[in-house]
Amino acid sequence: MKNALALLALLLSLALGAAAGAEEERPKWPGVDEMVVEKFARELGREPREPFIDTDQGDLLLFLFALAGAAGGFVMGYYWHKIFVAGKKEPPSQ
Amino acid sequence: MAMSGPVRRSLPPPFAKGGGLAVCFLVLVMGVILVPANAAAMHISEGILPAGWALFWFLAAAPFVALGVRQINRRKKIDPMYIPLLGIFGAAVFVFSCFPIPVPVAGSTAHPAGTGLSAIFLGPFASVVIAFLSLLLQALFLAHGGLTTLGGNTFSMGVVGSFGAFGAFLLTRRLGLPLFWCGFAAGVAADLLTYLSTSLELALALHGDHSFWGVLGQIYLAFMPTQIPLALLEGAVTGGILVYVRRNRPDILRKVGLTREAAT
Repeated sequence: MKNALALLALLLSLALGAAAGAEEERPKWPGVDEMVVEKFARELGREPREPFIDTDQGDLLLFLFALAGAAGGFVMGYYWHKIFVAGKKEPPSQ
Repeated sequence: MAMSGPVRRSLPPPFAKGGGLAVCFLVLVMGVILVPANAAAMHISEGILPAGWALFWFLAAAPFVALGVRQINRRKKIDPMYIPLLGIFGAAVFVFSCFPIPVPVAGSTAHPAGTGLSAIFLGPFASVVIAFLSLLLQALFLAHGGLTTLGGNTFSMGVVGSFGAFGAFLLTRRLGLPLFWCGFAAGVAADLLTYLSTSLELALALHGDHSFWGVLGQIYLAFMPTQIPLALLEGAVTGGILVYVRRNRPDILRKVGLTREAAT
């Protein structure tokens, strides 16, 4: 167990070290919008513009993504329960 | 997937009484934990498409959205199960399409489309409406995609993704493949065709003096290192959900006309 934990710690430190080394060369985990869509658009002479409602300010975007994930997750879970838990107990309507 | 029975039995009383409540909570927690820190996705960003092309894609997507609204109104009158299905798969498309997944082999992130699932369970036209609403909310509040590019993004993710996935599903059913592999094909098609369409929209609008086919090929190939692993994942999830539904509520597959023999 101790050996496994030590190995895990070693692998993690190697991975983090490698990631830190690569940090300056390119952004970490860029989205394909940045890496492909916007890159090609710039090369072809078209710049993206700021969103009309710019929520990409500080942690505001993180809050909105959290809210969206929570709301979406709740809706999915609610209807999943309705169909696959409560709905399963009732005989299916014809 | 097949573990739902034993898991429910082993849960403590408060959860056993309302197993769905526990699942709701888990999904909620997972949704909160797994949200990304940055908006990074495949949608065409605000302002990239010139005005003429932006308008063209709005006009191209509009009839599909209108027919989708009609399909939803018609089917919800016929089938009371349709609204809960709309809730599940509508929310799924919204969450999937703003959910960047890191792909280690490419070192970048991208998100699945989710329209394969919604096209299979809700119908391809209704799936376009779901995609349109998801993209609209993302453009308004999540700095994700854009309002001027909403038509283009709806056309690629909604129209091409949904119809491509539905076509792949029907074709593989006709070929007699098992349900999982039919769902797998739909998921892969939804993902890869969405990105093909995005590449096409960009190449059409921006190729200028360059060769159209050259630009299209370059953009699509640039998507591939990230998208191929993600498309396989989306295919597996789509196939897995279809098998799950067949095991737990085969009547749903019969109702939406996907299988005749689902109960067996």
